[in-house]
Amino acid sequence: MYRIVKKKQLSEKIFLMNIEAPRIAKSALPGQFVIIKLHEKGERIPLTIADYDREEGTVSIVVQAVGGSTQRMETMNEGDHIMDIAGPLGKPSDFIEEFEEMKDKKILFVAGGVGSAPVYPQVKWLHEHGMDTDVIIGGRSADLVILKEEMSKVANEVYVATDDGSLGMKGRVTDMIDHLVKVEGKKYDLVIAIGPLIMMKFVALQTKELGISTVVSMNPIMVDGTGMCGACRVTVGDKIKFACVDGPEFDGHLVDFDEAMRRSTTYKEKEKLQQFKAEECQCHRG
Amino acid sequence: MILERIKVREQDPKVRSTNFEEVCLGYNEAEAVEEAKRCLGCKSKPCVSKCPVAIDIPEFIKYIKEENFEMASEELFKHTSLGAVCGRVCPQEVQCESKCVLSHKGEAVAIGKLERFVADWHRKNKPASTTVRENSGKKVAVIGSGPAGLSCAGDLAKKGFDVTVFEALHELGGVLTYGIPEFRLPKEIVKHEINNLKSIGVKFEKNVVFGRTINFQSLEEEGFESLFIASGAGLPKFLGIEGEGLNGVFSANEFLTRANLMRAFDDEYETPMQIGNKVAVVGGGNVAMDAARTALRLGAEVYLIYRRTEKELPARVEEVHHAKEEGVKFVFLTNPAEITGEDGWVKGVKCTKMQLGEPDDSGRCRVSTIEGSEHIIEVDSVIMALGTRANPIITELKNDLELNEWNNIKVFNDNGKTSAKNTYAGGDAVTGAATVILAMGAGRKSAQEIANNLA
Ligand SMILES: Cc1cc2nc3c(=O)[nH]c(=O)nc-3n(C[C@H](O)[C@H](O)[C@H](O)COP(=O)(O)OP(=O)(O)OC[C@H]3O[C@@H](n4cnc5c(N)ncnc54)[C@H](O)[C@@H]3O)c2cc1C
Ligand SMILES: Cc1cc2nc3c(=O)[nH]c(=O)nc-3n(C[C@H](O)[C@H](O)[C@H](O)COP(=O)(O)OP(=O)(O)OC[C@H]3O[C@@H](n4cnc5c(N)ncnc54)[C@H](O)[C@@H]3O)c2cc1C
Ligand code: SF4
Ligand code: SF4
Ligand code: FES
Repeated sequence: MYRIVKKKQLSEKIFLMNIEAPRIAKSALPGQFVIIKLHEKGERIPLTIADYDREEGTVSIVVQAVGGSTQRMETMNEGDHIMDIAGPLGKPSDFIEEFEEMKDKKILFVAGGVGSAPVYPQVKWLHEHGMDTDVIIGGRSADLVILKEEMSKVANEVYVATDDGSLGMKGRVTDMIDHLVKVEGKKYDLVIAIGPLIMMKFVALQTKELGISTVVSMNPIMVDGTGMCGACRVTVGDKIKFACVDGPEFDGHLVDFDEAMRRSTTYKEKEKLQQFKAEECQCHRG
Repeated sequence: MILERIKVREQDPKVRSTNFEEVCLGYNEAEAVEEAKRCLGCKSKPCVSKCPVAIDIPEFIKYIKEENFEMASEELFKHTSLGAVCGRVCPQEVQCESKCVLSHKGEAVAIGKLERFVADWHRKNKPASTTVRENSGKKVAVIGSGPAGLSCAGDLAKKGFDVTVFEALHELGGVLTYGIPEFRLPKEIVKHEINNLKSIGVKFEKNVVFGRTINFQSLEEEGFESLFIASGAGLPKFLGIEGEGLNGVFSANEFLTRANLMRAFDDEYETPMQIGNKVAVVGGGNVAMDAARTALRLGAEVYLIYRRTEKELPARVEEVHHAKEEGVKFVFLTNPAEITGEDGWVKGVKCTKMQLGEPDDSGRCRVSTIEGSEHIIEVDSVIMALGTRANPIITELKNDLELNEWNNIKVFNDNGKTSAKNTYAGGDAVTGAATVILAMGAGRKSAQEIANNLA
């Protein structure tokens, strides 16, 4: 059993939890995730490690309540216990191993909605290693822009774009990329985009045109997260890759996003399908 | 010489195809004794030569004849810790029973069923041992709680080591828990075995992934002096054909994991399951049979598509027989060429007919496509049961663990010695997908060598 040591609501449907899991805290690196099973009869759900404290032996997750398991999790409080947490899973971000070559590059992070959670530890890690990066945070409206304060402390510059203009620039993250590159004349060697599939798809299309290499973090349906079941497969450059062991980060210009978006609806009842797509599209289409 | 076996009682096919209870009910005492009497107690013990762990078959059967079930189990447990499992899942017809002298004229002695009887008798009649030996304080880590890991851990604990098993999943047992279904191997048996190990002092840590949560270095820092890696076979294979990315295409591992480990078919459990009314299972091994029979129990009409003939099916004969009785429709000499879809979901499997040709070097007949034989089998789900390839978490470990030509862990002797310091490996992680008994045997051999080296 793993104890929840801290819980904090970040917006209406997004909350942060620090969970006691010393083994995971000890080995976690940016880019990795955990799989959580709340109780005996629960399902295994993947969640990115948003931060970790090796001394305290805790890992942080930032969760958006979207369905059964995440909503149940939202009702849990400090002192409650989670039955199972496995991790850290997936490969750490490439820049960790290739840091020497990355040092002089200009990186732009693009975080959409709850995607700020996986972006944050990466920006922080780079900051701690002496490299400050730019970050775009996008959300439908101001209350869905999360971790802005935390991010500002570790980033070079944080740019915010909201669909309704309630915070930062009015527009989508892709509009902000356009603005930065074309109006402000900024040059980036690498874009790391994490958010809803539809956002990553349009960012990748745009950066391809702009000629900037792009890494995306895939979030397919998973079961074991250890490379045993194949549920998490994504097509990358015509090859089948398993996001839980080969990823979750891949070359954004090679990922088949349309297939990934379709596959993510496998367990949605068919009538709910349209609604789901509509919801995602509103917030992040470029 | 009695040429015919004592028939083993089974659930009626009509009834069992709608439930998950065990299909084969096993022998009762009287039946077991009768069957045991058929054994001739051959001096040369031909049957033993084909048992991967050399169980002294005539010896334990002799005790059954004498109705001394306690001695029978003692004899059995000298050689195996998983008799109740192997009696149920060993491919006996190509192992021990294939060499039984009775098979020349009639039916081989039902060695597997007798082994199962003895182990079941012991489980029901003898309380688990709770004699935790004083351990020497020497710590050994075992990675993976499948049959290889469990047997290695058990032997090491009995030899007085302080053993911890690290398991990636939230349940113990490996394939015995997430792969092989309840109707073939009741989970209670696996649990019993694990409880026995706990009672003799083996420690278990779940949700720990070697190569991610822990590694060689961290284990050394924790004071482990030796390591046995039994992480099983890895990633499921796909065919690489058009349409495999459609919704409704699953690997058998995913489907079976949802059913067995996550109990997705039970509404009280939260994991969802999406299996249509008509299901195609592609493959011909035990995994394919298990997937087909599980889909059948969930109410689907099931086609099992295999590119060779019934004779070449690699699955245990008993499973094929049971699958047929339950109503799985076998489609032989047929190969999927494409999965067709509609609105992103599976609509059918486009197949070609195959023909058998000359045997190749390995003695297996080559198969070739018959031109112009394309046809579509309409289904709404496709389950791929095509085998596995090595798991990258293990193969990408950054250290001196050498791999063999199939990317599995390379071993340098019969006891699973690897190129890494004080590290041994066994089971599917070394051989690729194989059998429970081979995995168990490998675990026991490594345990012996680890014990010798640490002594
Ligand atoms: C590598 C990875 C990292 C992730 N990180 C985060 C994170 O940091 N914060 C966060 O809020 N969410 C994250 N997610 C998504 C999160 O796993 C899903 O939101 C969650 O599983 C939904 O479960 P539910 O029961 O609440 O909703 P449901 O109603 O079951 O599902 C809602 C939608 O979530 C997706 N989903 C459902 N089950 C799974 C599953 N087992 N695996 C993956 N997706 C699933 C499906 O697209 C589904 O349509 C991540 C997913 C992956 C694969
Ligand atoms: C559906 C199915 C049916 C089968 N039917 C039969 C049959 O009828 N008869 C027969 O003899 N054989 C059968 N087999 C094969 C048999 O089950 C395997 O050969 C046997 O289980 C291998 O044992 P193992 O201990 O090597 O690995 P496994 O049983 O695979 O166990 C490995 C364990 O290690 C864990 N693990 C993996 N990676 C890590 C890691 N990095 N860190 C920590 N833990 C890890 C896994 O989660 C798993 O629990 C079947 C297999 C399947 C899938
Ligand atoms: S372990 Fe398998 S091969 Fe050996 S005697 Fe038992 S059933 Fe036969
Ligand atoms: S070969 Fe058959 S008859 Fe002879 S000892 Fe073995 S089981 Fe008995
Ligand atoms: S989640 Fe099962 S293989 Fe990736």
